[in-house]
Amino acid sequence: MPSYDVMPNMELYQPVRVEDALDIASRYADRGWLVGGGQDTYGWLKDRAKSADALIDLSAIDELRGVRETAEGIEIGALTTLTEIAESALLKQSYSVLSDAAAVVASPQIRNIGTLGGNVSQDVRCWYYRRGLSCYRAGGNLCYADTPQGMNREHSLFETSRCVAAGASDTAPALVALDATMVLRSVDGERTLSAEEYFVGPAVDIENTTALRDGEILTAVRLPKAWANAEFYFEKVADRNVWDFSLVNVAAAFKVSGGNISESRVVCGAVQATPRRLTAIENAIQGKAKGAVTAQSVAGMASEGARALAHNGFKIPLMENLVKRAISA
Amino acid sequence: MSTHIGFDFTPPDVPGKVTGEIKYAEDYRREGMVFARLLTSPLPSGRVVGIDASEALRMDGVLGIFTADDLPPVAPPGNPALASEYVTYVGQPILAVAAISEEIAESAIEKIRIDFERRPFVVDPIESLSPGGANAYPEGNVLVRTEEEGPEGAPIRGAEIRDVKWPRAAIDALKSGKEPVGGEFTTEWAFGDVDAGFAEAAAIVEEPFVTIGYPHHSLESRTCMAYWENGKCFFHGSSQSQSANDNGLARMLNIDPADLVFINEATGGGFGSKIGPYPFMAISGNFAKVLNRPLQLRITREQEFYIGSARSGMQGWIKMGVKADGKVSAVDLVIVNDGGMTGGGSHNSSAQHVTVAYQPENMRFRGITVYTNTTPRGAQRGPGQNEMAAVLAPIADKAAKAIGMDRVAFRRVNAIDSDGFQGGSQAPVTSAFVREALDQGMRTFGWNEKQALAKQNGSKVRGLGVGIGFHGAGGRGYDGLVRIGTDGKLYIHSGVGNLGTYSYAGTCRAAAEALQMPWDRCEILRGRTDNNLPHSSGQGGSNTIFTHTRTNWVAAQDAITKLKEIAAQDLGGSADDYEIGDERVFASADPSKGLSYAQAAARAIELGGKYSGQEYPDDINPITQRSVQALAGSGLIGVAKDNIPGQGTPPGILVGFCEIELDKDTGKVEILDYTAVADCGTVVHPKNFDNAMRGGAVWGFGMAGLERHVYDPQNGLPANTGIYQSKPPTYLDVNVNTKMGAVNIPDPQNPTGGRGIGEPTQGAAAAAYASAISDALDGHLFNTAPTTTDMIINHLAGNDYSTKSLKTNTF
Repeated sequence: MPSYDVMPNMELYQPVRVEDALDIASRYADRGWLVGGGQDTYGWLKDRAKSADALIDLSAIDELRGVRETAEGIEIGALTTLTEIAESALLKQSYSVLSDAAAVVASPQIRNIGTLGGNVSQDVRCWYYRRGLSCYRAGGNLCYADTPQGMNREHSLFETSRCVAAGASDTAPALVALDATMVLRSVDGERTLSAEEYFVGPAVDIENTTALRDGEILTAVRLPKAWANAEFYFEKVADRNVWDFSLVNVAAAFKVSGGNISESRVVCGAVQATPRRLTAIENAIQGKAKGAVTAQSVAGMASEGARALAHNGFKIPLMENLVKRAISA
Repeated sequence: MSTHIGFDFTPPDVPGKVTGEIKYAEDYRREGMVFARLLTSPLPSGRVVGIDASEALRMDGVLGIFTADDLPPVAPPGNPALASEYVTYVGQPILAVAAISEEIAESAIEKIRIDFERRPFVVDPIESLSPGGANAYPEGNVLVRTEEEGPEGAPIRGAEIRDVKWPRAAIDALKSGKEPVGGEFTTEWAFGDVDAGFAEAAAIVEEPFVTIGYPHHSLESRTCMAYWENGKCFFHGSSQSQSANDNGLARMLNIDPADLVFINEATGGGFGSKIGPYPFMAISGNFAKVLNRPLQLRITREQEFYIGSARSGMQGWIKMGVKADGKVSAVDLVIVNDGGMTGGGSHNSSAQHVTVAYQPENMRFRGITVYTNTTPRGAQRGPGQNEMAAVLAPIADKAAKAIGMDRVAFRRVNAIDSDGFQGGSQAPVTSAFVREALDQGMRTFGWNEKQALAKQNGSKVRGLGVGIGFHGAGGRGYDGLVRIGTDGKLYIHSGVGNLGTYSYAGTCRAAAEALQMPWDRCEILRGRTDNNLPHSSGQGGSNTIFTHTRTNWVAAQDAITKLKEIAAQDLGGSADDYEIGDERVFASADPSKGLSYAQAAARAIELGGKYSGQEYPDDINPITQRSVQALAGSGLIGVAKDNIPGQGTPPGILVGFCEIELDKDTGKVEILDYTAVADCGTVVHPKNFDNAMRGGAVWGFGMAGLERHVYDPQNGLPANTGIYQSKPPTYLDVNVNTKMGAVNIPDPQNPTGGRGIGEPTQGAAAAAYASAISDALDGHLFNTAPTTTDMIINHLAGNDYSTKSLKTNTF
């Protein structure tokens, strides 16, 4: 393959105010590329697998940083680094599923510069797609991974629609488990979406992984008080302990009363393009004792509807085991 | 009494590496320097029909392109710097573009159009051997010798690429773990009576196995910068070696070696991929000459994956017979090697590992290397031996279990000692003390105590493993060169490369030791040809410690002889009446009668002749001769070829013990303890030894658990062309506390007692780790390296898993 590693020629904007960033984003629309920590940006651009006319560097906008308490819960600026989230006393105390998830993203070095906004908005992991091949997601008319010979060990079990790439974010399932709200701004104003609505699969939009529109910027994530101090569980299984993407992860939040689960949100990542909320499991365990017996009785439901590809069948028992551990813990 | 050997010191380039001041090839700039970039093949196999670079050449700042037509032709399966008619792997360089900046050169690459004619391709050796399988080259898929093999290291002569296909029954047999009867091989040897050996075996194990190749990932992706002045080529290159590059690189540049100044102060890793001049060095030097400009050619990380060479994979079958007392009575071994597009198979080294690790009484080996349209293969840390160690350890455990013997005891029964042998020719070794290493390791690790610990802890299950790593670790016949200056300092000229192991410095300690010089009165000259360097070995094969402690020792001995002769001439008596100490040569009977080293050096210059390098031994290499000529008259010259008598391979051997916890829910493996003991003679530089042990162990865990090539069989594309995608282990993947030791028994064929140990550090760790996984899973054999998370989960879930097909390069 032709190979590149220097940045292509493009305009660079480094606004220090959100309003200015929104103006620039609006002006460039789909030819502008928002960058925070840049960890899912420079590879695309340097490899020439994607291109843009302008790079809009948000990293100097201070108001997009930080973890703040609000009347409704907690608001996290989209540019808050993963290390800051992992180490935030507020989050560790009340929303530890998110700080636990952030603590195992990639590597310490990447967490020091990677942002929450970037982590949840990153593109799917499919090596064919990231190689710049003309697949469905890249505007072509075939999928290289969904074939008997495709090297699809890391790909999706669910919700595939022409594209079988899996989502890679560790924090995204945690945000769905926390019923987080995503704050999106544009020159036309602000709108909010639930985390579940924010993430979109290939059946909805095959070229994008989020509901973010051209010209919009994810400015913050809000965590509701309703799930503060619930019982949480997060676990990531990857080949390596560091600098690796999840083979499967699980994020779960339980409200427990008298030893029984009154409400829960159980979410798996890396099994489809978006975080997969396991509502059947949530319904099945409602009112049941949180523990190994309940976990064992429902774990098999986690993978119901899974369609294994040639080489990712291992994700089915792995997913079931992780859900079992989440409910048992 | 030793004052240098066996003691820690700080190699002189360490501060520069800590501060960042030291320069690698990419860091050098020259006035007027221009930049070149490579255009590499998008196809695994095809024919270049046409190249249209007209648009690129019209760009401002573009200076020219360089193609295979600008270089001497290279016949298949040679690894040409630039492809000519045929491309045979994705990422093969086709041309280079030079421009005034890297950015312009890359933009120019985008403007070049190449028309290809696609050809069939293959990424799996067994597929290619199968009836109707595709061939990697138009001529065929296997290099077959048509003449007797020459001496080791000789270029291949009398060989041709042929189309070799096995009967379907042989392919099916190999895949099902049976002997592939009817299969054709290109390497065969045997000793003893294998059938008789199996007949007297109390138990026989028979298993298929597969190992998957993977790339190097040296942190410094290779860069070369060259410029020409007054007919000389000054060449900055990233290489493991120094003097060993001179002749080959000069041939690439079509110049006399005397007209080459090769500069290589520091190299960011090589691991076998940069031992000698590599093909694309030819582009930098010759393109610079064509343009008459200093030219830097830096490649991308992805291109390092493509052209940086990789470990070969194996698909094989082994049958091992053991007697009731544990002795291995017979081994029958078959290996199909994945040679990539260059055929760098290492099956003979894999078989050699079996001979050293288990000293079988009878053995037969058959091997064949098959070309695939994948990245070029070559040496990588213990090539052949280490991957064999990884898959063999659990199979050997099964054999031990079959006769009811402890796994360490089984290895002890079969351990090589100083009367043992290595390889198919059952050649001798200089010395070996593996039983001592096993005993020491067993005690340090607590093998017996750990056997008594509970095996299950919730979803986690404990496993213990033991493994042996081996590599030949030393050469002979190279030159040493030292100089005592009129300032009384010892200047040690070293042609050893600096690939990051610091053995260049450790070996220089031998000269200081012999001359009893304080280390702060020694200076190492190295890193560029015009520092007047001796003929040294390539820095591969774990050989440097043995090879160059000897060369520096003999050079120092020559200097000592000359010191004594000069003293005798000036002060009376014969040379035998004198000895050295405290930077003086003095009369044994009257120590006050003597000369300082500085005075002796001044006298050497006055005396001339052999004393100050105007004359030198006939048997030193022309490279050393040139250096001595340049140094003549500048001090007392000690120069000699290593003619220390002796025979046999100096072995580097390591035993490793590993304790893991495997989580049956997740397939994850946590290393709880790793202990390793080396049999490498005297440890020359303890800190460096420790570094080598730890680094090798980490990579061994990667070999056994993580790293592999992944190719798409549909289009021949490699999936993992970056470091994170290839998953070498990080410090957070391995236990921080490891226990490293050495038996520290001197090798009798080295005056300093040392042997090398770099390579087997990986193999022993890989073997011990694989052995521990098998132990954790009640003796289950995956028979694959690496054994990845998905394989473990599939096994535990009762799913079939794909490695049973013996696929390599694909899942």
